[in-house]
Amino acid sequence: MKPEVIIIGGSAGAFDSILSILNNLDKKIDTPIVIVLHRLKNTTSSFEAILQRNTHYSVKEIEDKEEIKKGFIYTAPADYHVLLEENLSFSLDVSELVNFSRPSIDVTFESFSIILKEKCCGILLSGSNHDGAIGLKIIAENNGKTIIQDCNEAVYRMMPLAAKNICNKHQELNTKDIIKTLNNECS
Amino acid sequence: MITLNELDELLFTIKKQFDYDFRDYSKASMLRRIHRFMDINNMKSGVDLKFELINNPTIFQNFINEIVVNVSEFFRDPSFFKSLQEKVFPYLDSYPKINIWSAGCSFGEETYSLNILLKENKLFPKTRIYATDISSNAIERSKKGIYDNTNFKDYTKNYYECGGKESLNNYFVSDERHSMIHSELKQNILFSNHNLVADSVFKECQLILCRNVLIYFNSNLQNKALELFYQSLPVHGFLAIGKKESLRFSSVYENFKEIDREEKIYQKIK
Repeated sequence: MKPEVIIIGGSAGAFDSILSILNNLDKKIDTPIVIVLHRLKNTTSSFEAILQRNTHYSVKEIEDKEEIKKGFIYTAPADYHVLLEENLSFSLDVSELVNFSRPSIDVTFESFSIILKEKCCGILLSGSNHDGAIGLKIIAENNGKTIIQDCNEAVYRMMPLAAKNICNKHQELNTKDIIKTLNNECS
Repeated sequence: MITLNELDELLFTIKKQFDYDFRDYSKASMLRRIHRFMDINNMKSGVDLKFELINNPTIFQNFINEIVVNVSEFFRDPSFFKSLQEKVFPYLDSYPKINIWSAGCSFGEETYSLNILLKENKLFPKTRIYATDISSNAIERSKKGIYDNTNFKDYTKNYYECGGKESLNNYFVSDERHSMIHSELKQNILFSNHNLVADSVFKECQLILCRNVLIYFNSNLQNKALELFYQSLPVHGFLAIGKKESLRFSSVYENFKEIDREEKIYQKIK
C-alpha cells in the first residue's frame, strides 16, 4: 500500500541520513514528509534552509491547523509536539515532555497512526535515547510500514535498537536501502 | 483506550451531563489527554471512563483539571517577552490605566512573568491583570503562586534573555524545594474562572495574552475565541498568540496588523 504520509524520526546522528534520503528521492515523488528531529529550543537554526537546498520538495516548519499537502516536507517546531487531526491538518501541543523530549517522536508516530492506519509510514533513524520505539510499534500494529536504520550503520544505535527490541515487524535497512524502498513504494 | 468514535460520544455526554463543551477542541489532543487520564486512573475502556465520570463527581473535576493542558514555564520564548517590552509597553504607557487579560493562565507562570516585566518597566502601578482559566485547579494554583525549584535555572536564563534587569530571585521567597512569588506581584492580578468556549466579554483590555491555548481548539473554536478577543480590545489594542499559532484562518484577520510577525503580536486597527 502506498503511504499517504512518511514520518521520519531521529535524534543525535540522524541529520546526515535525512539529507541523504531527501537528496536521493525520485523527483516525481511528492508524498508528504514530516520530520521530527530532537532539537534545541530558543535557538534560531538553519535546519529548514539546509533541508531546502537538498530536496525538490518545499520545506516548511509546521504551523497549527495547517493542512498537509503533497510536495511538502514539514518540520516539527522546537518545543511542540506534533499531532494529526481527522481532516489531515496538524495540531500542535505543548503538554508534558515525553521521553525527555518535545517534540517527541512517539507522540507523532502514535497520533498519525491512529488516523492513517495502514497508510502511515514511520522511519526511525539514529539517536541516543528510546523515543520513537513505542510509536513505531503502534504504526506496525496498525499495519503501517515501519523502517529502522540499520543498527550497524546508525551513528547512535540506541534509538533503532530500542524499536527493534520491542517489535520484530520493522524492516532494518541502511540509508541506501531506505531510499530504494521509498522510491519503490511511493511512486 | 478509546477510539475517535467513542471520543465523540463521550464529549457529547459530557456536554449533556455537565455542560462543559469540548466538542470543538482538537480531537487529536483530546484523545492524548484522555488516554493519559485513563492511564493515571487505571481505566481500561471507554465504558469504564464514562461510568466513573457520571457516577463519581470528584472524578469529573479531576478529569477537567487533567485534560486541559497546564504545562508552562516562566518567560517561555524569551524573544517574545523582549519584543513585548520593546514594541508594546511604550504604547501601553500612554494610557492612564492599563487592563490586561491573560487568557488561559494555567498555573500563573506566564501571568507572573508579564507582571515582573511590567514592574521593571514601571507600568506596574497603573496596571490591572485579569487572569483566567477554564480549570478551577489552575486558578487555585495560580493564586498560591508556588513553584518547584527544579526548573529555576532555565527560568533565570530565560529571564536574562528577555532583558530582565534584576535577579529573578528577588521576586520570590524560597526554601530548599519551593519558591513563592512575592505577594506584591499578586496584588494587581484578579484570577478567575472563565471558559473561552461559553463565556463572553467581561472587560475592555488594551493587551490580551493568549499563547498556546488556541492550539487545543479546532479552527471553528479558534475563530470564536479570536472574535471574543477582538470584541474585548479597543482599537489600537494588542493581541499576542503563540509562536506557531495563526490569525490567518480567522474572520478577524483583516482587522489586525502585524506588530511582530515572528512573535505573533498583533494590533487591532479597525
